[in-house]
Amino acid sequence: MSIAREQPTQKPFHIQQLIVPISALLIAAYFLAPIIWQVLTSFKVNADISAIPNVYIPKRITFEHYLSLFRRRPFGLYILNSAFVSITSTLLCLAVGAPAAYALARLRLWGERIMLAMITIVTLFPAVLLFLGLLEIVKALNWGNNYLALIIPYTALNLPLTILVMRSFFQQLPKDLEDAAKVDGYNTVQMLWQIVLPMTFPALVTTGILTFISAWNEFIFALTFMTRESLKTIPVATAQLSGVSVFEIPYGPIAAATVLGTLPLVILVLVFQRRIVQGLTAGAVKG
Amino acid sequence: MNFELCSNHLSTLPSSFLLLASSFASYPTGTPGGNAPSRFVYQLKIMSKLELKNLNKTYNPQVVPVKDISLDVSEGEFLTLLGPSGCGKSTTLRLIAGLEQPTRGEIRIGDRNVTYLRPGDRDIAMVFQSYALYPHMTVYENMASSLKIRKTSSTEIHRLVTEVAASLGLTELLDRKPGKLSGGQRQRVALGRALVRQPAVFLLDEPLSNLDALLREKVRAELKQLFASQKAPVVYVTHDQTEAMTLSTKVAVVHKGSIQQLDPPHLIYTRPANQFVAGFVGSPQMNLFVLKCQGNFAIFGDVGVTLPDLPTVPPEIVLGIRPENVCFVDGTEAGQTTIKGEVYLVENLGMQNLISIRVKGLESLTVRALLPGDRQWSSNMVELVFPPRLIHWFDVKTGNRLPDF
Repeated sequence: MSIAREQPTQKPFHIQQLIVPISALLIAAYFLAPIIWQVLTSFKVNADISAIPNVYIPKRITFEHYLSLFRRRPFGLYILNSAFVSITSTLLCLAVGAPAAYALARLRLWGERIMLAMITIVTLFPAVLLFLGLLEIVKALNWGNNYLALIIPYTALNLPLTILVMRSFFQQLPKDLEDAAKVDGYNTVQMLWQIVLPMTFPALVTTGILTFISAWNEFIFALTFMTRESLKTIPVATAQLSGVSVFEIPYGPIAAATVLGTLPLVILVLVFQRRIVQGLTAGAVKG
Repeated sequence: MNFELCSNHLSTLPSSFLLLASSFASYPTGTPGGNAPSRFVYQLKIMSKLELKNLNKTYNPQVVPVKDISLDVSEGEFLTLLGPSGCGKSTTLRLIAGLEQPTRGEIRIGDRNVTYLRPGDRDIAMVFQSYALYPHMTVYENMASSLKIRKTSSTEIHRLVTEVAASLGLTELLDRKPGKLSGGQRQRVALGRALVRQPAVFLLDEPLSNLDALLREKVRAELKQLFASQKAPVVYVTHDQTEAMTLSTKVAVVHKGSIQQLDPPHLIYTRPANQFVAGFVGSPQMNLFVLKCQGNFAIFGDVGVTLPDLPTVPPEIVLGIRPENVCFVDGTEAGQTTIKGEVYLVENLGMQNLISIRVKGLESLTVRALLPGDRQWSSNMVELVFPPRLIHWFDVKTGNRLPDF
């Protein structure tokens, strides 16, 4: 009632009200500028790309750069390669990491602190340092130009993060639910599969996406271990795009490849955005 | 792994005969194809009884949440484990449920030794303090899950769930997820999930502590009616003495991992077995004073209070009297020794006034008395009488009730 009475009075305008929207805009521009530049470049004709002064908003739009990616190169194959390697290593990572995290969160294990410390230390290693050693291993196993040479290192490198994130998720998952399931007569496998897993889904998706992104974008391993054209992944293929002559840098196709390579990640995040947002456990316990 | 546990329950579940509420009275006992084994179980269930024998749980020598607990709960009994937090009552319940393994001792349900059985094989149902509803399942699925896991036929599940839901007023909510329910509704779903099981023993772990005060009183009354109309033994854990007093047929006061007293509620209140029970049960708390003894009297300030008949008079003794038993006397009546004191604090509890009195000659002691709200007293200097019948005496060292009988 009181609200209705107050409404007619016009609120006085304050300059402070603009601070939040303006800073949001600036921050968004800061993050998005390179991406927008790439997107715009990928649609520009070559003349506009190299024009001086810069053409910011293209007047002529072309899809030639995208088409040339598929015409001159097996770009579809690169996407498939990237997808296969990333999806496999993500699934592997979750399949190994989630149970490990559950055990670390729920069981009173001997040496739990030491294990956690080791896992954390692994995350501190720059992957590049492992690179030469891995190269020797790949040579010894004769895994060059084999998907395993990428899948296994990606899984291993992402495992610590998966375990740490999933462990903290399991720790905040109310233990009463598992007790209730036990009293209800679920055995361990049924309990994990039917009660714990559905509640864990948002966390699995979140960590899965992180793993997927890092595998999808990885460059150095993919560059070194995969030399056959048909096995290359998108980051490597994009970097190796070359023009007709040594002096031509194919800005257009590179931009198009970058956009194409990023698009799956954007779609992935948009699709699972709702899942990422927590709240599936609401109502399980009080609150 | 362990799929055999499901098949075990195939035979026990359909024969559940438990009469929950009058609405269940029309249940046919046993399945249509009722066979010999299920009738056998029927016999067992009639004598469903929970027994704990010398139960002990030791984590390490310093942490012994349950020292030595022995008790039994028969059919139709409602036992409350009452105690302050950290006294071992919840651990005891978890031992009964099988969520923790005892270090020593035995748990029997009916005539089965269930000490080493998994929780799901013990034929128990439990209501958790947090309700522990499965968030990704609807109310119906929550209530049906334990039956489904035991491979009960879906028509049977439907019948049981709808009947229990009707008796709890949950029919409208069966399709909702727990996230869309209020606290009281969630509590009833948790209760319903236990009731559809028709278990041999019900376990309730502080089921009311997450409800607000008004709702708690209402649900408490409903709980009492609900469990009065069914036979399976109930073990209820709470730190709330009102719940313990109102709901139970037997109360076990637990402290430091062992039972201090196991008696019906009125005896817990009128004849506390030791000083701990005396101090823990009753609100406002019982007045407890350590007094010196002289001859046949305990010296209370400048007054002697007559001791009960004791084999030997100890040098010191603990006198206990409930605030509501402290009498105010107007003027001195002949033959009565009165305790003189000064009122220094009056707390209005609504129905009653809680009065704190500083006793003359014992300035460090406070006697608290409960007077009806409408009762007036003339001046701040008052005279009190402790009716001898209502005084509790305890040993100073052991804390046990005196005389010991």
